[in-house]
Amino acid sequence: MDSRLQPSTPGIDGPHPGAPPGDERADRALGTRRRSQEWNGPAIYVEDVHKSFGEVQALRGIDLVVERGKVLGVLGPNGAGKTTAVKILTTLLRPDRGRALVEGRDVARSPAAVREIIGLAGQSTAIQEELTGRENLDIMGRLYHLDPVTRRRRADELLDRFDLHDAADRPTKGYSGGMQRRLDLALSLVARPRVVFLDEPTTGLDPRSRLAMWDVIREMVASGTTLLLTTQYLDEADALANEIVVIDRGTVIAAGTSQELKNRIGGDIVEFVVVERGRRAEAVEAVRGLSPVEPLVDADTARVGLRVGADGSQALVETVRRLDALGIHTEGLGIRRPSLDDVFLSLTGHGAEADEEGKQAASRHHDRGGRSRGRDRRAT
Amino acid sequence: MTTTNLSPLVALDVLRPPRARQIRLGAADTAALTRREFLIWLRNPSFIFFTIIQPVMFVLLFRYVFGGAIHVPVPGGYVDFLMPGIIAQSAAFASFATAISLARQLQKGVIDRFRAMPMARSAVLLGRLIADTLRLVVTLLVLLGVGYAVGFRFRNGALPALLMMLLGIALGVAICTISAYVGLAIKDEESVSSFGLVWLFPLSFVSSAFVTVQSMPGWLQAFAKNQPVTIVIDEMRALALGGPLALHGWQSAVWLAGIVAVFVPLAVRAYRRAT
Repeated sequence: MDSRLQPSTPGIDGPHPGAPPGDERADRALGTRRRSQEWNGPAIYVEDVHKSFGEVQALRGIDLVVERGKVLGVLGPNGAGKTTAVKILTTLLRPDRGRALVEGRDVARSPAAVREIIGLAGQSTAIQEELTGRENLDIMGRLYHLDPVTRRRRADELLDRFDLHDAADRPTKGYSGGMQRRLDLALSLVARPRVVFLDEPTTGLDPRSRLAMWDVIREMVASGTTLLLTTQYLDEADALANEIVVIDRGTVIAAGTSQELKNRIGGDIVEFVVVERGRRAEAVEAVRGLSPVEPLVDADTARVGLRVGADGSQALVETVRRLDALGIHTEGLGIRRPSLDDVFLSLTGHGAEADEEGKQAASRHHDRGGRSRGRDRRAT
Repeated sequence: MTTTNLSPLVALDVLRPPRARQIRLGAADTAALTRREFLIWLRNPSFIFFTIIQPVMFVLLFRYVFGGAIHVPVPGGYVDFLMPGIIAQSAAFASFATAISLARQLQKGVIDRFRAMPMARSAVLLGRLIADTLRLVVTLLVLLGVGYAVGFRFRNGALPALLMMLLGIALGVAICTISAYVGLAIKDEESVSSFGLVWLFPLSFVSSAFVTVQSMPGWLQAFAKNQPVTIVIDEMRALALGGPLALHGWQSAVWLAGIVAVFVPLAVRAYRRAT
């Protein structure tokens, strides 16, 4: 809630359950009248949704439930079906089978009613780069049929909130990547949607912009908006989501809180490369007891990985001590948080590489290769 | 994910707003998008170049560089022959921007975003078409002004002159619908800009726009004589300079109506499918 700016009115993402006046106003602005039915179910409800494109089965029976005001992180590699799921929930695609409800509105049967209460941002952009930030917001306001005063006030609110006021009257062409993403998110919030879908909102952003994006997303969520967020990054889901669903090849392969998932992966990972390859087996033997599971060894790179549970630093010290005692030289000895690859390795036995279904996406993936963090290709 | 009981949840019944209200809101959406497209055009120097400066350069080029070598059976000389042709050719070419910008918006996901918003489905295409038509009107008026400055005159009265301009605009709008389909079907800005002209070039140049069809080799005449741009240009010329109107008049009407009747549904279908 944006109490700094609008102490007496609902904040940036006002109309969620419990803010009926704003809601009604929004409905009137959007030109709908609906029966005064109350929806008491979850904000997002997906049941056995299938979607195929020709031969390719993008979704093979997905179930999701997101309670109001919660954040669901949908985690998966390129080609897993994340974007397809978002497109179905935002009425851009029709499910072949199954049912998807957003605030009780069936995406296939009443898409217009769904569109009134959702916001979408992420991989796509609604920004027109010739126009200024303010003009972009103004156009969105017009398309949501807000009156001129409301449009202007709303644009100011969002520009302030997303730290774009100084750049408001410059063409968005000159915005940095992070500013463009923030503006794009702002565009999707003009009509105060109750449910927001963010499809990989930070992909391709530098670390600082990424953190800034997380901040605005957190603020949005704090005001009660329900959020479904897709990401390839475990730390992002970890930072933002109440619950995480891992999908792979069109099915949900794991679901739970971030802690539950991490426990399944086995917590922190201590890693090192044995300089003298001949002594690798010896090194593995020395540290075996530190991990509840068998150490992972990559034959190509001689990299050894140890899942050490929650107390990573203690295990790191112990690893150093043991290897040093044997006089084994290592490179790149360190501790890291589990990555998406680790999730996938532990859940599916294969890494988070895009498979054939994600060919198109794979090229994007490749582009970002340099930025992906903590990913070692130990799979295969 | 919470393991709430996945027992049947009954979706809300949603009432559709009354038809009149839908139409009013649809019109507002179309107006907002028309405004948006027009703003974009004003901000983009390259668009202004392609829609204003390039056609003007063509007029000057053909009037003063090639014109002297082209002999046409028109009393007022080449400039009178040229202007109806170049107005039609520019109208046809102006539609290229439609294809490019639809493909770009599709690629960037702008159109997806619009489709996830509660706006009239027709508004995106309609707004685009209206903005492009307005732009075309500007282009044609500038061309006409330049034409007058370099010696062109309407020889057949005011009403036929107005009809000629309207026919030029109608041609532009019809070709726009083809372009809209091409842009939405190809979906890729670069492909559209490299291949998008392949059909537009022969259509506008292998016509009576700049030379008489009779000056072309026989095999080419067969195409040039019977293709819609030539037919429309011949009618425009008759309107501007005098001459029989009937035959080319109804042929033009049939062609333009036919193009619109075929390509509007195709473009709408491509728009629905494109995501």
